[in-house]
Amino acid sequence: MEVKDALIQYCLRLGDDAMIMGHRLSELCSNGPILEEDIAMTNISLDLFGQTRIIYTYAAELEGKGRSEDDLAYLRPEHEFQCALLTEQPNGHFGNTMARQMIFSVFYYHLFKELSKSPDESLAAFAAKSLKETTYHMRHACEWVVRLGDGTEESKWKIQDALNDIWSYHHELFEKDEVDEKLIDMGIITDTATIADDFYASVNEVIERATLGTPAGGWKATGGRSGRHSEYLGHILSVFQSLPRAYPDAKW
Amino acid sequence: MEAAQVPVIRENTEAIWEVLETIPDPEIPVISVVELGVVRDVLLEENKTQVIITPTYSGCPAMKQFEDDIVSTLESKGFPTVEVKMVFSPAWTTDWMTNVAREKLRRYGIAPPQKGSQDKGVLFDSGPKAVNCPQCNSSATELLSQFGSTACKAVYKCKDCQETFDYFKCI
Repeated sequence: MEVKDALIQYCLRLGDDAMIMGHRLSELCSNGPILEEDIAMTNISLDLFGQTRIIYTYAAELEGKGRSEDDLAYLRPEHEFQCALLTEQPNGHFGNTMARQMIFSVFYYHLFKELSKSPDESLAAFAAKSLKETTYHMRHACEWVVRLGDGTEESKWKIQDALNDIWSYHHELFEKDEVDEKLIDMGIITDTATIADDFYASVNEVIERATLGTPAGGWKATGGRSGRHSEYLGHILSVFQSLPRAYPDAKW
Repeated sequence: MEAAQVPVIRENTEAIWEVLETIPDPEIPVISVVELGVVRDVLLEENKTQVIITPTYSGCPAMKQFEDDIVSTLESKGFPTVEVKMVFSPAWTTDWMTNVAREKLRRYGIAPPQKGSQDKGVLFDSGPKAVNCPQCNSSATELLSQFGSTACKAVYKCKDCQETFDYFKCI
């Protein structure tokens, strides 16, 4: 695999994760449990869409086939998306949303810290920019996990169940295939294994402060990085892509 | 001061910077795009004007408006073909905001960002401890939400005058 091809795929994965996660949070617009959280989650969603645009634009530029960020978002079929299955999982109740967000943003916080040192200037700039935003997302989610865990009896079992359920999906974030191997060999990205300790330390700190139990091992979800998705992605795309597919080249 | 904090004004571009200083932030019209720190460089060539900007937040919906306003204002003043180019590095920080701009924000009712306060507790942080109320200047304020009417603002409440207010958060 050529380095350039690997980098394109890697950027698409970063973008797909951010976009699908952003879409899930945008579904809470006007549906948040309280006004402040409605606003918080749509703000986070907006940051994620902004990150998506930056990295898709770079991927399209590297590809050089005349595709735009919009083409990548709106005109690719389901199996060409390489988002982690975690990002597709439904919002469920607020505890499910926050458990998912905590894992997602803690992982990306540590990843972006490393990627911001990449010798690839565009990737490093994207990561440095995203890191600042992700820090706020992470604090927001971590604080909610603590409030729910160390809250009422009901909020406690709900967030514990949510954490146990989503835990099976975190392993995929650390997966590596030939795309990652190539970029690690070339020194362009960091091996996710090097951020594993920091990731688990952060998650454990949250769990401890939330007076929760460590989520059980269980099974490991996989498939997203090779385009094999859960049922949910098709439904997401059918909503997300409906307008540009029904009205090709529609302009605002 | 970081090297990147104050953009270098190139020869022949002073007039362009003066015009840019009159273009307001579309969402916070009391400060200009220059005071906000999003304009990073200006280049004037024989038949082309290039303005380099950086976004505040990746998803800030005002950026398109910034671009349109910069192009239309400069072109209406007779500058040749205006192009706006977006860069992402170095990433924008509230530390680039001038003291004058901070004071304007405060008068407008938005508590200005506190300088150099990015290295706080990482996983948990309830925001700066003393954000003074822009209305009554009381320091008895509390954070209501880290996310407000725009991505760049948090919502605080003053325990003295009871007003809720926006705080331009540090990034």
